[in-house]
Amino acid sequence: MTEITTSQIDQHGDVKTEEMLLNMGPQHPSTHGVFRVVIRTDGEIVLEAESHIGYLHRCFEKICENVNYTKATPYTDRLDYLMAMGNNLGYALAVERLMDVEVPERAEYIRVIVTELSRIASHLLAIGTYGMDIGAITPFLYCFRDREKALYILETVCGQRLNYNYVRIGGVAYDMDDAMLKMTREFCDYFLPRVMEYNDLLTYNGIFIERTAHVGVLTAEQGIAFGCTGPVLRGSGVKRDLRKDAPYSVYNRFDFDVPVGTGEAGSVGDCFDRYMVRMREMIESVKIINQALDQIPEGPFKTDKIKSKPKPDKGDAYTAVENARGELGFYLISDGSDTAFRLKCRSPAFSNVSVLHELCRGAMVADVVAIIGSLDIVMGEIDR
Amino acid sequence: MPYTIVNHALEYFGLEQGGIWSFIGAVSVWALPITGFVSLVGLVSIWLERKISAHIQCRVGPMEVGPHGLLQTLADGIKLLGKEDLVPKNADRPLFALAPMLVFASTFVSFACLPFSEHAIIADLNIGIFFIAAVGSLEVIGVVMAGWASNNKWSLFGAIRAATQVVSYEIPLSLTLLAGILCAGSMSLIDVTQAQGGWIWSWFIFRNPFMWIMFLIYFISSLAECQRAPFDLPEAESELVSGFHTEYSGMRFAIFFLAEYGKMYIVTALGVVLFFGGWYTGIKPIDEIGGIAGNLIGAGVMVTKSFLLVCVQMWIRWTLPRIRLDQMMALCLKFLLPISLGGLMLVAIWQGLMPDFKLFGIAMIAAMVFAFMQMRRIYRNVTNASKTRIVLPTMKV
Repeated sequence: MTEITTSQIDQHGDVKTEEMLLNMGPQHPSTHGVFRVVIRTDGEIVLEAESHIGYLHRCFEKICENVNYTKATPYTDRLDYLMAMGNNLGYALAVERLMDVEVPERAEYIRVIVTELSRIASHLLAIGTYGMDIGAITPFLYCFRDREKALYILETVCGQRLNYNYVRIGGVAYDMDDAMLKMTREFCDYFLPRVMEYNDLLTYNGIFIERTAHVGVLTAEQGIAFGCTGPVLRGSGVKRDLRKDAPYSVYNRFDFDVPVGTGEAGSVGDCFDRYMVRMREMIESVKIINQALDQIPEGPFKTDKIKSKPKPDKGDAYTAVENARGELGFYLISDGSDTAFRLKCRSPAFSNVSVLHELCRGAMVADVVAIIGSLDIVMGEIDR
Repeated sequence: MPYTIVNHALEYFGLEQGGIWSFIGAVSVWALPITGFVSLVGLVSIWLERKISAHIQCRVGPMEVGPHGLLQTLADGIKLLGKEDLVPKNADRPLFALAPMLVFASTFVSFACLPFSEHAIIADLNIGIFFIAAVGSLEVIGVVMAGWASNNKWSLFGAIRAATQVVSYEIPLSLTLLAGILCAGSMSLIDVTQAQGGWIWSWFIFRNPFMWIMFLIYFISSLAECQRAPFDLPEAESELVSGFHTEYSGMRFAIFFLAEYGKMYIVTALGVVLFFGGWYTGIKPIDEIGGIAGNLIGAGVMVTKSFLLVCVQMWIRWTLPRIRLDQMMALCLKFLLPISLGGLMLVAIWQGLMPDFKLFGIAMIAAMVFAFMQMRRIYRNVTNASKTRIVLPTMKV
């Protein structure tokens, strides 16, 4: 062992204990991508965890300042690649606010349906991989079985399974026909009983609760101070959801709840609460999709006011959408040309992962994996 | 018998009989069937594991090589054989090479005292159970050696975890073994089994109400001994990549793998011998056949029973998450150890008061049949109860 730090050597008689530096990642099965955590451990106890990011940096913001507004949409897919619909939507809303255009109602409803489907797919992956982090491999495949069905619908709608490039400035790329809407309805009916299955298999498993309750407790104050959003903040009991608090698109027309962590298994804000918020949010998403399917009007699916190379007037606009991982914001400054002068992306996972070192202090090595999993990070979004 | 074969061979080569050469010869002759059996156990259990996990996870598993992928393991083994023998640059070479051998040897030697039927046993030691327990714990030295020699921090973590786990769980495991020894009055595996001859209620598990507790503890501890889920902390894939054998590849890895599955068979076979009547079917006329036919039936029964328990191990592995190190230690020291100590005492008392109380066994089996019939109803209630725990929104579809 060559890398042992000798900064602190305890001496109990003849027995010396030394701290060990562990390099977790960037190639590690549980860091969900190229994420690196340097852990200073005393045996199995973590004294300090330092996160290193940047292995997936692709200059997203700079690229978007060099291509025109329409061409930037596919790049947003690559941010949070597990919920690309939400990214598309956030960007499209920002440009629409900049240009002050109205989007047809049908397009808004289609946007809500595909975004919520995408949210279900993303949460399913989060839950499945979380089970895998804890050591249960089977729930992962159950989640993937159902995620496949959601992705199939999205693929039918836009021809892509991951990077959709579907929600465009001024509407959506293609219309959703009746067969697709019917398929979505069938998925919703199919999906609810499956949530019970995950609960039987994973949620109420004694070992799972033991592993997640009281682990990585994030208090509400801490969460707000670090700028956490989404299920991570809601897990700590803060009822903040942009779909409710600052409704965009047509979210104000739907009736749904915002699940928050209540500490039902351990203390408020532990890993179990964050997990449970995701589980309950999927049910809320199904509720929203069902209402959207009931209300969806006939009409055009995109506005004809947007040209292929939109040129907004000088000005700036900020929009934020509630993505699967939290608040995704786009700040655009236009100088009147067909490319943005500046695009700033506020990515939720970036803020969420910044709290990692706080949560890991004093935890065990196995808990670090559980905590990273419960934060549900996506490196594509953190590194941009 | 092996000695005569060996002596003939020695005569042929003109070597001295009865010396060291005849000992080595006899060992080699006996090593052959064990090697064959261990490989077969490995082959079958790896296939079983893949199939069982696949069917649990809504998949089909290997289907291409052989009928239902039966020969997939063989193909994988050949692939592993053909791989380059990699040793990490900073590894401790001799220890790195020795570790898999030591791990495999501990599993391999245990097979010597494992009975298949009355006469199909290589060495009927009068301390058979003790021998298996002692040799089986040698494995941990190999594991620690592998973890240290790899010169990888994750491997070291795995090795230390394995040492902690195996050493702690040895205690409740040995106490449950003692319960079986207490019932039989012998440490020889043949004697232990023969004490369970006759009808099914003379199996140790039905003879004594506390043997059930002991069996459960034995099974849990044996999972920990084999480092199977939920006790797979030493090779925790999501935490330690794959623990002490992270740096191993090719045939060395295959040997670790084979040893793991061999060990699974050993602990289940030991459990069958101690609790489930070894090679006896539990039907008196069949068990009294004797001769070659009787021994063959016995061996079949023994292997079938063991593999049923192996399947339960796999079922548990693909259902449960992994527990944490401190929880693992708490489970062992706070629950299993005191319960097994108390259980041993109660087994001893019961055994002293009514050693041949057949009525209990019959009542026990009747209760089990009843419980089995109620199973479906109970299961339905349990699933309904768990369904009500998550509050579903009322919605009109």
